[in-house]
Amino acid sequence: MTASHEDERPLLRVRGLTVAFPTAAGATEVVKSLDFDLARGGALGIVGESGSGKSMTSLAIMGLLPKGAERTGSIEFDGAELTALKEREMQAVRGDRIAMVFQDPLSSLNPYYTVGTQIAEAYRSHRTGVTRRQARRVAIEAMERVHIRDAARRVDHYPHQFSGGMRQRVMIAMTLSMEPDLIIADEPTTALDVTVQAQILDLLAEIRRDTGAGLILITHDLAVVSEVADHLVVMREGDLVEQGTAERVFCDPREPYTRMLLDAVPRIDDEIGLLKTTTAEEDR
Amino acid sequence: MIRVLVNRLLGMAVVLFLVCAFTYVIFFVLSPDPAVQICGKNCTPEAIDQIRANLGLDQPFWTQFWTFLGGLFAGRTYGTGANAIECVAPCLGYSFQSSQPVTDMILQRLPVSVTVAVGAAVLWLLAGVSAGLVSAVREGRFADRFIAGLTLTGMSVPNYVLALSLQFLLVVTLGWLPFPQAVAFGDDPGQWFANFLMPWIVLSIGAAAVYTRLTRANVIETLQENYVRTARAKGLSPGLVWRRHALRPALTPIVTIFGMDFAGLLGGALITETVFGLNGVGKLAADSITKNDQPVIMGVTLLAAFLVVVGNMVVDLLYTAIDPRVRVGSSA
Amino acid sequence: MTFTPTELEVEGAAGGETAGEPAPSSPPASGRRLVRAFLRDRAAVACSAYILLVVLMAVFAPLLVKLSGYGPLEFDQGAVDPNLGGLPLGWGGGIGADHWFGVEPGNGRDIFARIVYGARVSMTIALLATALTSVLGVVFGLVAGYFGGRVDMVISRVMEFLMAFPALIFMIAVLSALPADNRQVLLVVVISFFGWPYLARIVRGQTMSLKQREFVESARASGASSAQIIFKEILPNLSSTIIVMTTLAVPGYVGTEAGLSFLGVGVVPPTPSWGQMIASSVPWYAVDPAYFLFPGAFLFLLVLSFTVLGDRIKKIVESGEGRA
Repeated sequence: MTASHEDERPLLRVRGLTVAFPTAAGATEVVKSLDFDLARGGALGIVGESGSGKSMTSLAIMGLLPKGAERTGSIEFDGAELTALKEREMQAVRGDRIAMVFQDPLSSLNPYYTVGTQIAEAYRSHRTGVTRRQARRVAIEAMERVHIRDAARRVDHYPHQFSGGMRQRVMIAMTLSMEPDLIIADEPTTALDVTVQAQILDLLAEIRRDTGAGLILITHDLAVVSEVADHLVVMREGDLVEQGTAERVFCDPREPYTRMLLDAVPRIDDEIGLLKTTTAEEDR
Repeated sequence: MIRVLVNRLLGMAVVLFLVCAFTYVIFFVLSPDPAVQICGKNCTPEAIDQIRANLGLDQPFWTQFWTFLGGLFAGRTYGTGANAIECVAPCLGYSFQSSQPVTDMILQRLPVSVTVAVGAAVLWLLAGVSAGLVSAVREGRFADRFIAGLTLTGMSVPNYVLALSLQFLLVVTLGWLPFPQAVAFGDDPGQWFANFLMPWIVLSIGAAAVYTRLTRANVIETLQENYVRTARAKGLSPGLVWRRHALRPALTPIVTIFGMDFAGLLGGALITETVFGLNGVGKLAADSITKNDQPVIMGVTLLAAFLVVVGNMVVDLLYTAIDPRVRVGSSA
Repeated sequence: MTFTPTELEVEGAAGGETAGEPAPSSPPASGRRLVRAFLRDRAAVACSAYILLVVLMAVFAPLLVKLSGYGPLEFDQGAVDPNLGGLPLGWGGGIGADHWFGVEPGNGRDIFARIVYGARVSMTIALLATALTSVLGVVFGLVAGYFGGRVDMVISRVMEFLMAFPALIFMIAVLSALPADNRQVLLVVVISFFGWPYLARIVRGQTMSLKQREFVESARASGASSAQIIFKEILPNLSSTIIVMTTLAVPGYVGTEAGLSFLGVGVVPPTPSWGQMIASSVPWYAVDPAYFLFPGAFLFLLVLSFTVLGDRIKKIVESGEGRA
C-alpha cells in the first residue's frame, strides 16, 4: 500500500449507519442507513432540523450514544473500524484522535473545576507522566490558540466567569490540546449571539486550516455551514436526503426539501430571497 | 465576602434574639407561677414573695427579659446581700428542682450527647452516602430496589420503636450487646463502642435513609449532565469520569445539608437518650419536662436554637468555600 | 439561604438537542389515567388499604370495642399476675380470646381497645394538623407569591425564622409550658405552626412562576380581580403540588404526634395514643415485648404506608406532568 494511496482514502467512511431505540412497539430508527465520507482535512456539514438524527449521528461516531441505543453499520476512521473497538480502545480514540465540541458551552463545562483543569484533562489522561506545570502550559497554549486574551490569568478561572462566546472558545481549546484528526462540532453556535456566532465559525475555519484536522459541523442553520463546510449532508427524520459538495448543493439542490431549507435562509440579495420564499410556499 | 459575613452574623443575632424572646414569653408569661412551684406545698405568701424577689419575678416583663439577656452575655446576680448568688455568663438561671446552675447542668451532660451525636453523624454519612452510591450505580436492579425498601423502612420506623426492638433483640434475647451506658472512651474503647452502638444506629437511621435517597438522586441527575458527556468525549476512563465529574457535584449539596442536620441532632437525641437512659442533654430536657423544670427546658431550647442557627451559618460559609459559582461571584 | 432544590421544582431533563429520541407514547395526564396508573401499583394499593383499615378502626372504635368486650379504660386485674409485678397472664402479653392483643401489664387494660381508640387520636391529630398546615401553607404561599413586594418579604422572613427553629425541641418546650387541658387541640396548633412554611415555600415559588404565564396575563388583561385570578387560574394549577406535599406531610405528623406523646407532652393519659402507649411500655419491654410491639407495629406501618403512598402519588403526578 503506497503513501499516496493511503492519502486518497477518506479520513472517515460511514456506511449503513443505523441508530435505533428499542421500544415496546418495535425499534424506532432515529438514523437510517446513513452513508457518507469525509476527506482528510475536509469539512463536512450535516444539516437538518431538530429530530433529523444529526446529533445522534455524531454521538454514534464518538461511541457516546445514550443508554439503550443500538448502533449498526460501519464507521471506518483512518482505516480502523470504530464499531469493532472495545470501550477501552474507544476511550483512547476519544479526545485524542476525535474531539467534540458541544452545543451549550455552559452546561457542557463542569462548574466545579477551572477551565485550565478541564482543558488539560484530555492531555493528562492520554499522556502519561504529565506534570501539573506541563498541563497548565498546554492549557494556556490552547487558550491562546483560540484567542482568549490574558490566557495565563484566565486559565485559573471557572466557567461561570466567562461569557457565552468565551466559553465556546474554551470548549474548542479543549479539543486542541491533543491535536485531533477530526473535530466534531455539534451546533457550536446555536446558544450564542449572532455576532459571536461568526467569530466562533471563523475560529473553527482557522483551526482547520492551521492543524489540517477534519471537521464535521452539525447544525440546523444553513447559513452556518455555508461559511465553513465544503461538503454537505442533508438529513430529515433519520434519512439522508441529499449530499454533495457544498457548492453543488447550494447552487443546484436536487431535492425539494433541500430547496425548502435553502429558501428559508435570508440572503444578502434580500428581494430575491423574499421572492423565492413566497414561490416556495406557493409551490406546496 | 466580608459584607456577606456581616449580614449573616446580623441575621443570626436577630434570629437568636427572637428565639430568646419567644421562649421567654412562653415560659415566663404563659406557664404557671414558678415561685409557687419552687415553694412547694407548705408555703406561705411571704415565702413566695421572697422567692419572687430573689428571682426578679416581681419586676415587669421587659425588665425581667433584659435581665435574662444580660445574664446570658454578662452574668447576673440573684438576690441581695448575704443571700446573693453570682451566676457567671452565659447564665441560664437555676434549676427549680436541684437549684444547680442550668449552664453547669448542660455542660456536665454535653460530652455524652456529643459522643452520641458525632457517632450517629459519622454512621449516617457513611451508610447513607455509600448506600446511595450503590443504588445509583445499580439503578433499577435488585440492589437498588432492596436499598429503596430499606430506605423506606428507615424513614418510617419511629426511633423509639427501633430502640426498643433492638434492645429487646440484641440485649435481652441474644445478649450480644450490653445495656447502653456512658462508658468513657479512655476506659475501654471496645466497651465504649459496644455501649454506644445502639444509640448511634437509632439516632442515625432516619437521616441515613434520607441521605441515601439524596445521594442516589443527585448522582443519577449529575450523570445526565452535559459536562459528564464532555468528560467522556475527552476519552477519560469511566473511573475518572465518576470521581471527578459525577461525585464532586453530586456530593457537594450533601456536605452542606449535613451541617444543618448535624446541628439539629439535639432534637433526635432527646428521644434516643431517653430510651436508652443515657445521661445527656436530651435526657436532661426530657426529665425536666416531666418535672416542669422550666429554666432547664429553656436552656436546652436555646442551646438547640443556637446550634441550628450556627449550623445554618456554617453551611452557608461552607457552600461559598466549595462551590466556585458562589465563591467568586460572577465577575469577568 | 441554603441550596436545597425541592424535587418538585425539577423540570424535565434539560440539555442539548437529543434529536429523534423516541417520544414516549403516553397521552397527557388525565384524572382517570392517573387513577388507573395508581391502581396498577400494588404497593400503593396495599398502603391505601392499610390506611383505610386504620381509618375504619378509628371511626368504628366504639363498635369494635363492644365486639371485643373490653373498653380502653377498663381495668382487668384478672388478666395480670400480681405476684409477678402485674405481668400479664398467658402467652404474648396475655393474647387470647378475651384480649385479642393482650393486656397492659400492671392494670390489665385491653391493648386492642387502646390501639383502636389510639388510632382515633393519632389519625385525628395527624389529619387535622395536615389540614391546618395545608390551609396556612397555601394561603400564605399564594399571598406571598402573588402579591410579592413587602408582603412577600414579611412572609418569607417569618418562614425562614420558623424553619430555623429546632422544631421538635421547641414543640416540646411550648407544650410543656402550656396548660395540659385540651392537649389534642394544642398539638394540632403547635404542629401546624411549625409545619406550614415547608408547603408555603413551594406554593410561593410556583405561584410566582404561574403569575408570569400567558393565561394569567390574559385573565388580568380581561379585567379579572386578584381574587378571581388566584382562585380560578392559579389555585387549580397548584392542586397536584398540594396533593403531593400534603400526602408526604401526613407521615411526618403521625410520627410527630406519637413522638410528642412518647415524651409525655402530647396526649395525656388515660386517653390512649400509640406513642404514649409505647412510652408506657418502656419499663416493661424486656419482660413483655408484646406491649410495645403492637402499638409499635401499627405506628410503623401507618407511617410507612403514608410515606410510600406519598412517594407513589408524587411519581405518578410528575410523570403525568412531564408528558403534558
